[in-house]
Amino acid sequence: MRTCVVSMVAADSEGPNDRGVRMFRRERSIPLRGSAAALCNNLSVLQLPLRNLTHFGVVHGPSAHLLSAAPEGVPLAQRQLHAKEGAGVSPPLITQVHWCVLPFRVLLVLTSHRGIQMYESDGSVMVYWHALDSGDASPVQAVFARGIASSGHFICVGTWSGRVLVFDIPAKGPNIVLSEELAAHPTSVTDIASEPAQGQDCVADMVTADDSGLLCIWRSGPEFKLSTQIPGFGVPCTSVQLWQGTIAAGYGNGQVRLYEASTGTLHIQINAHARAICALDLAPDVGKLLTAAEDTFVHIWKLSRSSESGYIEVEHCHGECVPDIQVCGARFCDPSGNSFAVTGYDLAEILRFSSM
Amino acid sequence: MSVRTLPLLFLNLGGEMLYILDQRLRAQNIPGDKAHRDEWTEVDRKRVLNDIISTMFNRKFMEELFKPQELYSKKALRTVYDRLAHASIMRLNQASMDKLYDLMTMALKYQVLLCPRPKDVLLVTFNHLDAIKGFIQDSPTLLQLVDETFRQLIEVYGGLSAGEFQLIRQTLLTFFQDLHIRVSIFLKDRVQNSNGRFVLPVSGPVPWGTEVPGLIRIFNNKGEEVKRAEFQHGGNYVTAPKEGSFEFYGDRVLKLGTNMYSVNRPVETHMSGASKSLASQTQQSIAPNPLAKEELNFLARLMGGMEIKKPSGPEPGFRLNLFTTDEEEEQAALTRPEELSYEVVNIQATQDQQRNKELARIMGEFEITDQPRLNASKGDDLLAMMDEL
Repeated sequence: MRTCVVSMVAADSEGPNDRGVRMFRRERSIPLRGSAAALCNNLSVLQLPLRNLTHFGVVHGPSAHLLSAAPEGVPLAQRQLHAKEGAGVSPPLITQVHWCVLPFRVLLVLTSHRGIQMYESDGSVMVYWHALDSGDASPVQAVFARGIASSGHFICVGTWSGRVLVFDIPAKGPNIVLSEELAAHPTSVTDIASEPAQGQDCVADMVTADDSGLLCIWRSGPEFKLSTQIPGFGVPCTSVQLWQGTIAAGYGNGQVRLYEASTGTLHIQINAHARAICALDLAPDVGKLLTAAEDTFVHIWKLSRSSESGYIEVEHCHGECVPDIQVCGARFCDPSGNSFAVTGYDLAEILRFSSM
Repeated sequence: MSVRTLPLLFLNLGGEMLYILDQRLRAQNIPGDKAHRDEWTEVDRKRVLNDIISTMFNRKFMEELFKPQELYSKKALRTVYDRLAHASIMRLNQASMDKLYDLMTMALKYQVLLCPRPKDVLLVTFNHLDAIKGFIQDSPTLLQLVDETFRQLIEVYGGLSAGEFQLIRQTLLTFFQDLHIRVSIFLKDRVQNSNGRFVLPVSGPVPWGTEVPGLIRIFNNKGEEVKRAEFQHGGNYVTAPKEGSFEFYGDRVLKLGTNMYSVNRPVETHMSGASKSLASQTQQSIAPNPLAKEELNFLARLMGGMEIKKPSGPEPGFRLNLFTTDEEEEQAALTRPEELSYEVVNIQATQDQQRNKELARIMGEFEITDQPRLNASKGDDLLAMMDEL
């Protein structure tokens, strides 16, 4: 029945010229203390090139695992974080961990079914706790926070109700303030992406996605302004990225769509995967897009802009099958997209790949 | 975690339990006129299935089950199935009950993992209910009871969004996380690898609503398609033929959740220490769960709705063996790997007797006739049993 036992799919060779696309090979995997939970975007990577270290964060369920590794994949330090306890039959489950790189500091943000926890980047000290208010939730509604991104000196976190909480982060210290709540999503937020604002004329530097597939495009600032909305089509948008004014959105039906952030115009639609997409990532230096799905495949694409029309263009670079693993997290490990890491449901290791 | 998950978990696991019991009862079946007093007949098989189904779909119990609530731990949920399995004249000893629960949970883990779309968890449930209705064809009262639950499922889950089903599926997968018991029927069918992980096919139909991967479509500013390109995905998929029916009756299309057992395909589990990852072992042995107390209270409320018809008269309980021979069963009990034993976590229920009087009362009548316990009172008996979970 199974036909694909080959784990490498050759980069498409029918292209007119070789664009320097290289194959990837498996590197030594990094063992985890617990397996990864079946959540979307269940891997966060913080690159520390100066110290020649990479931090990895993975959610196990009621706990999250942080570890730092040297380039060869040797784990050096490990830490386990837990969601703050509350009333209930079982310990609260964590929904996401993500490192937010702000202009003056790096914070680790952990979201759960209880609230939002912010830590110093190594996870050693919790600097802020925000309990979720389930006040207006019906008893059938699951209450949780999910979707984390930083924009300037703000950290934005999505919630079950569709609201996006905007926290103002000081250059140091724990005086974090909830500065705004953005109410544009009618259903639970799934993911948030941002990119540094590019000058005064920039109209969009943050995008939020939700369970109905709706995308909201924002202009950050002391007050966030909604600039455009891209309607959904009944399929959750599970993961979203923003690169040079282009939105890359991954959906529950395996599609990847590329939109112009300023106008919301759809330019490219890719039937990319056979199952729900669970993670996207972008290598900002080169515009490489990583897509990962429950179909056990990871694909790498190259985004660019046509010099003639100015339209977004895409090229498929590489496909990788991770046999029998429902991928739940995937991230590039360097800004040029020459290496990436993958997590899978029930799998107690981080798989690493780098270009040959 | 979705508070809408428990009914689906309970009904699907219950369905798997009925498949296995039906298969074992058929395999140990003796023609009625030749049977000794302690041997199974066709009449007994039907009676056991009927008794369990009527307990499972009891109105009061279903009412409790469908209330929004969190999931129980694997161990706590096992008490519910312990009770359910003993809702009739049939008796299972510890080793057979362990094996039954292992098979049920691994089968449902497979079904949830392989579900094409999160929403299809509902089709898996419908497959189980369709099959249960097949078991009780001759009993209009029971059919009516199951149909009531069927209607309730359609009412509660019919209107949920794709996002809500995604949360339900994630909650179910969290429940089954780190469970890697090898099941012979799966190994033989090559849907499970020797390490206990399931095989994920990269061919066959894509989920309904998903297009076969490999196509890139490019649009201009006016939304007109201006170009198409293809890429090599690496899988070998075809379009989904049609969507399964979410109606009361209909072709579910999906085969997950249908009965995969037959008399000729006996049920076996292979358990080995290596089949469970080291990581999960350490996870389980960490400190007793401080929330166990609260969980017991919830459990008491849930099980309060379960009515057990005590066998009338001095009739003995019939013993069912999930293994081929009694020797195998004994051996399994002795060789079950430590980390797979449900006796690992001590939840110290005995210290909370007062709080759990209700549960004790409900469980009081629960007795395994061929395994007399030495404990003095029935209350202690229950609490000791909970301790062993």
